[in-house]
Amino acid sequence: MYALEMKRITKDYYGNRVLKGVDIRVKPGEIHALLGENGAGKSTLMNILFGMPVIHHTGGFEGEVLIEGKPVAIKSPFEAMNSGIGMVHQEFMLIPGFSITENIKLNREIKRPNVISKAFKNDSLDFLDFKEMKKDARAAMDTLGLDIDEWAMVSGLPVGHMQFVEIAREIDKKGIKLLVFDEPTAVLTESEAQNLLAAMQRLAAKGIGILFITHRLDEVMQVANEVTILRDGELVANKQIKDTSIIEIAELMVGRKIDLKRKDTKGKENDEIVLSIKDMHVKMPGEEVKGASLEIKRGEILGIGGLAGQGKIGIANGIMGLYASRGEVVYEGKAYKLNDPVYALSNGLSFVSEDRRGVGLLLDTSIEDNIVVTAMHIQNQFLNFGIKQSKKIKAHAQKMIADFDIRCTGPVQITRRLSGGNQQKVCVARALTMNPNILFVSEPTRGIDIGAKKLVLDTLVKLNEEMGMTIVMTSSELAELRTICDRIAIVCEGRIEGVLQPEDSDADFGLMMSGDYHKVKHGRGGIA
Amino acid sequence: MELKDKQISFKEWWRQFAASSSFPRWIITLFFVLVCALAIAQGLQLPKLLSDTVVRFGMNVILVLAMVPAIQSGIGPNFGLPLGVIAGLVGTLVSFEMGLVGLEGLIMANVISLPISIIVGIVFGMMLNRVKGSEMIVSTYTGFAIVSLMSIFWIFMPFKHPEMVWPLGRGLRNVVSLEGIYSKILSDMWSIKIFSEKATGKLIFLFDKTEAYTKANFDSTLYVDIFAIPVFLLIIIALMCFALWLFMQSKVGITMKASGDNPRFAAASGINVDRSRIIGTTLSTVLAGIGITIFSQSYGFIQLYQAPLNAAFPAVAAILIGGASAKSAKISHVLIGTFLFNGLLVISLPALNAMLPEGNLSEVLRLIVQNGVILYALTKIGGES
Repeated sequence: MYALEMKRITKDYYGNRVLKGVDIRVKPGEIHALLGENGAGKSTLMNILFGMPVIHHTGGFEGEVLIEGKPVAIKSPFEAMNSGIGMVHQEFMLIPGFSITENIKLNREIKRPNVISKAFKNDSLDFLDFKEMKKDARAAMDTLGLDIDEWAMVSGLPVGHMQFVEIAREIDKKGIKLLVFDEPTAVLTESEAQNLLAAMQRLAAKGIGILFITHRLDEVMQVANEVTILRDGELVANKQIKDTSIIEIAELMVGRKIDLKRKDTKGKENDEIVLSIKDMHVKMPGEEVKGASLEIKRGEILGIGGLAGQGKIGIANGIMGLYASRGEVVYEGKAYKLNDPVYALSNGLSFVSEDRRGVGLLLDTSIEDNIVVTAMHIQNQFLNFGIKQSKKIKAHAQKMIADFDIRCTGPVQITRRLSGGNQQKVCVARALTMNPNILFVSEPTRGIDIGAKKLVLDTLVKLNEEMGMTIVMTSSELAELRTICDRIAIVCEGRIEGVLQPEDSDADFGLMMSGDYHKVKHGRGGIA
Repeated sequence: MELKDKQISFKEWWRQFAASSSFPRWIITLFFVLVCALAIAQGLQLPKLLSDTVVRFGMNVILVLAMVPAIQSGIGPNFGLPLGVIAGLVGTLVSFEMGLVGLEGLIMANVISLPISIIVGIVFGMMLNRVKGSEMIVSTYTGFAIVSLMSIFWIFMPFKHPEMVWPLGRGLRNVVSLEGIYSKILSDMWSIKIFSEKATGKLIFLFDKTEAYTKANFDSTLYVDIFAIPVFLLIIIALMCFALWLFMQSKVGITMKASGDNPRFAAASGINVDRSRIIGTTLSTVLAGIGITIFSQSYGFIQLYQAPLNAAFPAVAAILIGGASAKSAKISHVLIGTFLFNGLLVISLPALNAMLPEGNLSEVLRLIVQNGVILYALTKIGGES
C-alpha cells in the first residue's frame, strides 16, 4: 500500500505535452526524492496533485491519483488538504503579524461556544480556545524539535524557523498522509538545512510519506530512500538510493537531448583574455551573484549555465550595469567600471536581456525605432543635427528584417504584435546595431518555438564565426549551450562551480549544477 | 460548427476592440453623430454650431497638446496642468500691466511666462520622479494646492492697472477682460468667413481685412454669419504641432519616448529616465502656459482664482477620447480628440436645451462625458494585455 500513487500522468498545455505518462509511488514512512532540471515537469506534477486551478483551466489531465490505495479526484487545494496531503512551500505562506500558534491554526481554529454565538446560532461568533490551540501547536513543534515559544511572532523569526512553522502547520492537520517539500533547503543555511533534514526523517519515522523536491543531490543521498527522476516530462528513472550513486543521478538528470552538431572548434584556440571577472557580486533579486570569477576569451562563445535562481542571469546583468554590483573586472587590459550602463554600452559591450518584454523591447514602439534607439543614444548613429534620419533607419531596419527573417508587416509595426521569436530577433538586431565587441545574450530561446530557436542559435554561431564576435550566452537549456558553446561555465549558489567543455560527461554537468561536483570529485577539476 | 466559430471570432473581435484605446473614440464619434442629427432635427443651424466647434477647438487644442510630452515621457496625463496655466496667466497679467496691446502683448505674455513655466516644470518633474506610480493623483493635488496658493497671491500681487484690480479694496478681479488688449487677436486674423445674404440666401466667401468682409461682419441685418475659419490661429497650431513632432524625432525626443514606453529598457540602454521625465513634464508645463494665452485671447477674458482648478480635466478627457492611453499619445489623438470633445459640448448644449428647456441638462451631460472618459481611461492604465 502506498501513501501516494500517481499513475500514467499525462498533461498538455495548449498542445504542448509537458508530462508524458509519469508514474510515481510514495510509501508511508519513506522519503522519496523527485528530481529534474527546470522545466522537467515537477511543478506541473505537483499542480496536478494539489488540484491547482491552472490544471483544470487548461483541460485537466490524464491518469490516476490514488491516496492510500483509493482513487481520488482532487479539484482544489482545499480538497487536497482534506485528502491528507500537505505542502511546504519554497516561499513561506505565513502571516508575519500573527503568532506561531495562530499561523499553525489559521482557518482551523479550535473554538468554544459562548452566549452570543449560541443566541445567534452562528459558530463564527465563537470564542477561540487558545489553550487547546497552544497545546496542538506545541505538539506539532515538539515533533519537529522546534524549541521556541508558541506565542512568538512569526515576523521576528529567523528564516529557518519560519520553515519549521510551515511544516508544523502541515503536520498539525489531522490525518496527514503525505507531505511535499518543494525545494525546502534553498533558502536555508547549512546548519538549518541539516535540522530540516533531521526533522524530515523524524516525520517519516512517524509513518508520513514525504515527497522531497530538490536539486541538491547530496541531500538526496543523505535522507532519501528512493528517487524518481524526470526529464522533459518523461519518467527517466526510479531507483532505490542504495542501488545508485550521486554520479548516476546527476547523469540521469541531465541526459543528452540533442546530438552535438557543433563543428570542429579546433583552430579557434585563442587564449587572449578579453574580459576577466574576479569576485563579482551582483545584487539581482532572485539571481544574486556572490563572488563569481570568470575569464572570457576573445572570439569564443562562452556559455553560462546552471539552475534557476543560482545567479547565472545576474552575471551579464551585473556587467551591463543594470543591477548594483561590485568586484574586480578587467576589460581589454583596463579596469572596467561597473554600475554604469552608458560605460558598458559605449565600450563595445552589448546585451540581449533575458526579460524580453520587460527590459528588451519597447513594446509600443516600431521595430525600426527599437532596433536603432540604443545605438542612437549611445553612439549618435542615425542622427542628423540631432534629428533622426528616417530613411537611413528604415533601410537599416529592412536589412535587419531580411537578415534575421523577422516576420512582420514592415519596419513600422509595433513590437507588441510580433511573436516571441520575432521579438527576440528584434532584440538581437538592436544589440548588433551597436557593433559590439562582446555580445551578452541571456536566455535567447526562452518562450520561442523550435524553428525560431534554431534560427537564433544559428545567428549567434554565424556572428561568432564570420565576424569573430565574442559571445557570452546565458541559458537554462544545457543542451543548447552544449550545442553552440566553446566552453560552459556552470553557476551554482552565486559562484562559478566550474567550467566544462561541451563534450564533458552528463554526470559532470549534473554534479556541477547541483553544486556537488567538488564534494564528489575531490582533487579533480578546478575553478576556472 | 462553422457558425459557432464565427460567433466566437466576433466575440473575440469585440473583446479586443472594446479593450483598445481607440474604443472611447468610436463611442464618442457615434455620440457626436447622434447629437448632430438631434441638432438638425431640432432645426438648429448645424454649420454655425460646427463653426463654434472650430473656435473652441482652436481655443483648447494647445492645452490638450500639452498632454503629449507628459504621456510620452511616462508621467501619464498631466493632471498638474494648472501649474503651467498659472505661469501663463502670470505672463499675461504682467504684459497687461506693462500696457502692451495686440500681438506684441500676446508675445510678451509668452516671453514672460516661458522662464516661469520652465522652472515650475523642472521642479514639478523632480517632484514627480519621487512619486513614480502615483503621478496622476499627486499631480492632481499639486494643481489644486497651487491654485489655492495663487488665489492668495492674486490678492497680494502689486498689480495696479485699473482694468485688472477691483475698483474698491485690493487684489485682482475674478475675470479680467482682454477687450481692446488682444482679445481674439489670433482668432480673427486672416480669418475666412462664409456669410449668407439674407435677401437672396446666396453664400459668399469673404477674407479678413477686405471691405466687404468688414461690412458683412458688422451688418447683421443683411448678412448672416454661417461659418468662420480662423486661418492664422490654425497656422499657429499647425506650427506648434509640427515643432512638437520634430522634437519627438530628435534624439532627446526619442529617448524620452523610450523612457515612457519602458523605463527598464531605457535604463538598460543608458538613458537617464529621470531626466527624460523632467524634460517631458517641463515641455508639458510650457505648452500649458502657451495654451492658456491662446485660450484667453480667444475667450476674451483672463480667468483667475479658482478657474485654473479644473483646467486639466477637459484636456485629459479630450486626448483620451482622441485615442490616446495613459501610456501612449500621438498628435493625431490631440487633433481628433479636441475636435470631438468640443464638438460634443458645443452641439449637445443647444440641442438638448431645445429638447429639455428646463434646467441645464447639457452641463450635466458634459460633466458625465468628461469625467466618464477620464474614469474609463484610468481603469485601463495598469491592465495592458
